[in-house]
Amino acid sequence: MPTEKINMPQLGESVTEGTINSWLVAVGDHVNKYDPIAEVMTDKVNAEVPSSFTGTIKELVAQEGDTIEVGELMCYIEVEGEGENESTSSEKETKGESNTSEESSEQDQSMKKRYSPAVLRMAQENDIDLENVTGSGRGGRITRKDIEKTIASGDIPRKAEESSQPKQTEIPKEEKKEVPTKPTPSPTPSTQPGDIEIPVTGVRKAIAQNMVRSTQEIPHAWMTVEVDVTELVSYRNQVKKDFKQKEGFSLTFFSFFVKAVAQALKEFPQLNSTWAEDKIIQRKDINLSIAVAKDQELFVPVIKNADEKSIKGIAKDINELATKARTGKLTSEDMQGGTFTVNNTGSFGSIHSMGVINHPQAAILQIESIVKRPVILNDMFAARDMVNLSLSLDHRVLDGLICGQFLSRVKEILENINQDNTNLY
Amino acid sequence: MPVMSYIQAVTTALREEMIRDEKVFILGEDVGKKGGVFRATDGLYDEFGEYRVLDTPLAESAIAGVGIGAAMYGMRPVAEMQFADFIMPAVNQIISEAAKLRYRSNNDWNAPITIRAPYGGGVHGALYHSQSVEAVFANQPGLKIVMPSTPYDVKGLLKAAIRDNDPVLFFEHKRAYRLLKGEVPEDDYVLPIGKADVKREGSDITVITYGLGVHFALQAAEKLAEEGIDAHILDLRTVYPLDKDAIIEAASKTGKVLLVTEDNKEGSIIGEVSAIIAENCLFDLDAPVQRLAGPDVPAMPYAPTMEKYFMVNPDKVEKAMRELAEF
Repeated sequence: MPTEKINMPQLGESVTEGTINSWLVAVGDHVNKYDPIAEVMTDKVNAEVPSSFTGTIKELVAQEGDTIEVGELMCYIEVEGEGENESTSSEKETKGESNTSEESSEQDQSMKKRYSPAVLRMAQENDIDLENVTGSGRGGRITRKDIEKTIASGDIPRKAEESSQPKQTEIPKEEKKEVPTKPTPSPTPSTQPGDIEIPVTGVRKAIAQNMVRSTQEIPHAWMTVEVDVTELVSYRNQVKKDFKQKEGFSLTFFSFFVKAVAQALKEFPQLNSTWAEDKIIQRKDINLSIAVAKDQELFVPVIKNADEKSIKGIAKDINELATKARTGKLTSEDMQGGTFTVNNTGSFGSIHSMGVINHPQAAILQIESIVKRPVILNDMFAARDMVNLSLSLDHRVLDGLICGQFLSRVKEILENINQDNTNLY
Repeated sequence: MPVMSYIQAVTTALREEMIRDEKVFILGEDVGKKGGVFRATDGLYDEFGEYRVLDTPLAESAIAGVGIGAAMYGMRPVAEMQFADFIMPAVNQIISEAAKLRYRSNNDWNAPITIRAPYGGGVHGALYHSQSVEAVFANQPGLKIVMPSTPYDVKGLLKAAIRDNDPVLFFEHKRAYRLLKGEVPEDDYVLPIGKADVKREGSDITVITYGLGVHFALQAAEKLAEEGIDAHILDLRTVYPLDKDAIIEAASKTGKVLLVTEDNKEGSIIGEVSAIIAENCLFDLDAPVQRLAGPDVPAMPYAPTMEKYFMVNPDKVEKAMRELAEF
C-alpha cells in the first residue's frame, strides 16, 4: 500500500502559515477522504484540515502547537484503492519523461554555435577557442557561466597555430574560385533617355562569365606570325567546285587551317593542355573548338579527334557544326571536350586580333583574313596571298619559345600545302 | 526588532510622520472614523482628530485637488485613493497640475503631496479592485512612483514620500497588506526614493521586479536554490523614475534577465526596464531579456480560475526563472 503526504492546505487568500491547534486523529486511525484530521489556527480563521485521501494515518510529522507554512508536510497516510496508485504511477511517468528530456537535451547540440554577445565578447577578450568549450545550456549552448568557469579554471583552449595555417593557404584558393563569378564591382552605368536596356540572360550571360573568368584567371600573352598561303589558295580554288558538287558542302580555307593546327598540336602537345593549379594536364585527344557566331550568340562546338581526320572530314564536321549552331540544334555533347580553339576571325575581315583563351584550355589561335599583298620574294616584289595567325597563350603553361616553334610548324605545314603533296581525303 | 505586517508598516509610518510634523494630514474616503477600508489609518482619527484625518466625499478629483492646493500652501497632505482603480477621476489633477507645477511656475510653487493607493489583484476583486495603474503615470516627469515590497521598505519609503517636496504616488499591493510580515525597526529611518534594492544576491539569473513580484521571485529563488540555480533579485522599489544604474548593474551581473510585473505586459514598467538593458548591456547579455506579466486583456477576471490564469504567481515565476537558467 502506497504512502501519501498530507500537506498544509491554503486556508485563505492571504494566509501563508497555520498553527496546529490539535490533531483530530492518531497514528493507526482509519480516515475517509474529506474527514477532518486536524484543527488549524491562522491569523484569519480557525479551520479543520480535511484528509486528501482515504486510508490509515501512518505518522504525524507536525506536532500540536507547531506553525507550518502552506504546502509543508503535516502527516503521512497509507492509502488503499487504485486512484492513489494511479497518481504515484503518473508521478513516475512524469519523472521518466523529465529524464528522457534531459537525455535528449544532452544530445541536442543545435545551439552549440549560437553565441550570445556576452560569450563572444569574453571569448575574444580572453582568446578562447569556442570550438573547444563544452556548453551546458539548452541545446549545447555555451553560456556565459561556461566561459567564466573556463577562465577561472585557467585551462583555456586556444586556437592552435597549425590549424590557422591551412586556413591561410585556403584563402587565396577561395578568392580564385570566387573571381570568375564576381567581377570587380564597378558602379552600374546609368541609362540615358533613348537608350535601350537589354537584359543579360542565357548565352550572353554565360559568355560574359566565361570571358571574365578567362581574362581574370589566365595571364595572357600574344604572338603573331605571317603565313604565305598563295599555293593553298590556288589549290583550294582549283578543287572547290568539284568538291562542292561531289560532297554537297563547301571546302573552306578554314578546314585546311584546322587540319594544319591539329597536325602541329600532335607534335607540340604542350599547347594541347590545361592549367590545374599544382600541375599541367597534357591532353591525349586533340579536340578543336571552333567559334561559330549566330546573331547575338557565340557557340564553341568541338571537332573531336581532329588529328585523325582528313581535310574533307574536318570540312564536313565544320559544316555540320555550323549548320547546327545556326539552326539552334547544338547539343551540350557537341560543345564538350575541347582542348584547343581555332577561331576563324578572318571571316569577319579581321587581319589581326588578340583572342581570349577558352577556359580551361591553354591557347587559342586566330586565323585572320587572307589578303593579297605585295611581299619581297627572292629580292623581288611579288603578289602573294598572306594570312596572319595570332596566338593567345596561357603564360602559366606556355612560354614564347615553345609557342614560336609551334607557330613556325603551323606556318611550315600551311606553306607546303599544294596540289601535289596534299590529299583532301 | 518588532515584526509587523505590510499594512501595519503603513500605519506606523503615517503615525510617526503626523507626530513629527503637524503639517502632515490625511484625507480620503472612510479614512477617518472607519480607519480606512483596509484599516491603514486605523486609530489615527482618534489620536489626531477630525482636522488631521479628513473623511472626504466620494470624489477622487477633489481629494487630489484639495490635497494639491493644501500642499501648495505649505501643508504635507497624504491623500488616500480607496483603490488605485478609483484614481482615474483624479488623473487630470495629478498629471496636469501636481506633476507640472514646479516646472510651470519656474520653481516658485511646488506640491509636496503623497497619494497612497492600494493596487493589484489576486484578492477576487475583479475589474474595479484589482488594477495596476502605475504605467498610466510612468511617463510624467515631475511625478515619482514608489511601490514597496516589504514592511521595512514601506515605512522608510512612505516617510520619504511624505517628506519629499514634490508629488509622490505611493502604491501599496493590497494582497501584501496582511500576507507579508517583516522586521521593522522602531527608529525613524528614511529610505531614498529612486533607489532600487538588491533583495537577493545570486550569480545565475537576474530577476528585476517590484511589489508582490519580489515576494514571488524570492519564494521561487529558494526552491531553485535547491536545484543549484542561484538567482539575483533586484527590487525596483521606485518604478518612476527608474534606478538605471542599479538595473544595469543587476542585468550585467548574470547576463540573463527576467522582468516580472503583474500589470498587462505591453506598455508596462518592465518594457522600459528592458529598453535600459538593451541600451546599455548588450555585450553582457547571455540570453534574450524575458518578460513575465499579465496578459493583454482589459481587466482582471472575477472567476477564480481566470483570475489565477491572469495573475503572476510563484509557480509561474519559478518556471520562467528555470527556463532562463537552462537557456
